[in-house]
Amino acid sequence: MRLSFVSKEVGNGLRRNFTMTVALIVSVAVSLSLVGAALLLSAQVDRMKGYWYDKIEVSIFLCGNTSVAFTCTGTVTDEQRKNIESILGGLDSVQNVFYESSADAYDQFKEQFAGSAILANISPDALPASFRVKLDNPENFEKVSGALQSVQGVESIQDQRQLLDRFFQILKGLQSFALAIALAMLFVTVLLVMNTVRVAAFARRRETSIMRSVGASNWSIRLPFILEAAVAAIFGSTLATAGILASKYWLIDAKLAPNLTFIPFVTWNEVLTIVPMLYLVGVGTTVLAASVTLRRYLKG
Amino acid sequence: MINFDGVSKQYKNSNQPALDGINLNIEQGEFVFLVGQSGSGKSSLLRLLLKEEKPTSGTVTVDGINVAKLPNRKVPAFRRTMGIVFQDFRLLPGKTVFDNVAFGMEVIGKSKKEIKQRIPAILDLVGLDEKAHRLPSELSGGEQQRVALARAFVNQPKLLLADEPTGNLDPSTSVGIMKLLDRINRTGTTIVMATHDVAIVDQMRKRIVQMENGKIIRDQERGMYGHTGH
Repeated sequence: MRLSFVSKEVGNGLRRNFTMTVALIVSVAVSLSLVGAALLLSAQVDRMKGYWYDKIEVSIFLCGNTSVAFTCTGTVTDEQRKNIESILGGLDSVQNVFYESSADAYDQFKEQFAGSAILANISPDALPASFRVKLDNPENFEKVSGALQSVQGVESIQDQRQLLDRFFQILKGLQSFALAIALAMLFVTVLLVMNTVRVAAFARRRETSIMRSVGASNWSIRLPFILEAAVAAIFGSTLATAGILASKYWLIDAKLAPNLTFIPFVTWNEVLTIVPMLYLVGVGTTVLAASVTLRRYLKG
Repeated sequence: MINFDGVSKQYKNSNQPALDGINLNIEQGEFVFLVGQSGSGKSSLLRLLLKEEKPTSGTVTVDGINVAKLPNRKVPAFRRTMGIVFQDFRLLPGKTVFDNVAFGMEVIGKSKKEIKQRIPAILDLVGLDEKAHRLPSELSGGEQQRVALARAFVNQPKLLLADEPTGNLDPSTSVGIMKLLDRINRTGTTIVMATHDVAIVDQMRKRIVQMENGKIIRDQERGMYGHTGH
């Protein structure tokens, strides 16, 4: 089977089956754009997690004179505080500990709410003292809270990660949604490929029967059909890739990043690693669907 | 070359066997007419030779190969050892005479150079060298069958199967096709031709295998269609 002969056959096949080919290209492009969007979203979530988890802390609030927690018996004593500090020091996952006294907290509060009427209602000892703990890995929150939650002098333990996780859950939901639509579109694409190949095989049953009778191998009979599907898939994947790259360039870099400076966005590197996956999914799915169909419609 | 040993073929949706205990031996280089009415089993016999069907019982051997036991992946190579022509020519309407014949070489991977060398010679043999760049629709029926013959013979098969090759042609055109088949036969190619064209069979005076209801009822050297020769 010579290359020029095969490519000529493929070109002829695509031209003769033009409308189906266009439908196939569009379908592949749309489904892969969604696959790409889902992958991009997942990379985005990972990036934000990495960035923000680095900055979050665990706050251990100590008892004040109005605390009602069962571990409190009035304002935390120096002894209790030292005990807590030494427990923190003994934990592997604790990277560093910063103590904020009640007075420090009040100073910060005053700064934050300068000029606000709320200041008048807050007395210096109303804000609890706290330990700000930085963990080596935010996942290790449970270890810290487990070690401290029933220790005398600790009123409550707050994990900033929980606040972020709610936000990430929304993004994850979006990501699953995009993935679900992508899968549905891929399924439609598979059906479309099957139908396109079936129509093409029927239109060319004369050629294929002649090919068989002169002793062409099954592969050389099927190859042009599979290559046609693959060429359409490559076109579709290229469109999807263009869409993904365009949204990085014109949406993320030009519009979102300058306005939302507190969010780290996916880098070009991450976007570019998605591209080969798109081609792999697009061409792989199509070729597989075409091969399965041909097995049924072009019997050797 | 070809051997049928007690071959029967029973199709699923039929109560009569298409072939019923066929014993037949054809030597290399023979020219054999397979005659009989429609439904007598001629086509089934050809289909078994091509491995388009498997026998229900018995063995079909072609060139030493047990056809039924041939694995599917070896069928293409097996088909290359034979050429086939049909009543309806089976040419590709969008391709020229040259390309139609070349198709038979292209699909089995012959080089462009080989194709360029071989096609003019084979078109000359079938008398179509002047019409190499015509489309099938621009040719007469006889010419189209010559193209089909050229394609069947282009890879120089040892065996040529012809299923009613003159069925769509008028008598004088048929004579031309038969002359061509005779020429191909003289190169040593075995020819098995299914037909019910009385005039041609009588004129050629070749071996006749006559079938009826799936059985061979006559096998005669240099036979005539209507005469049993007894």
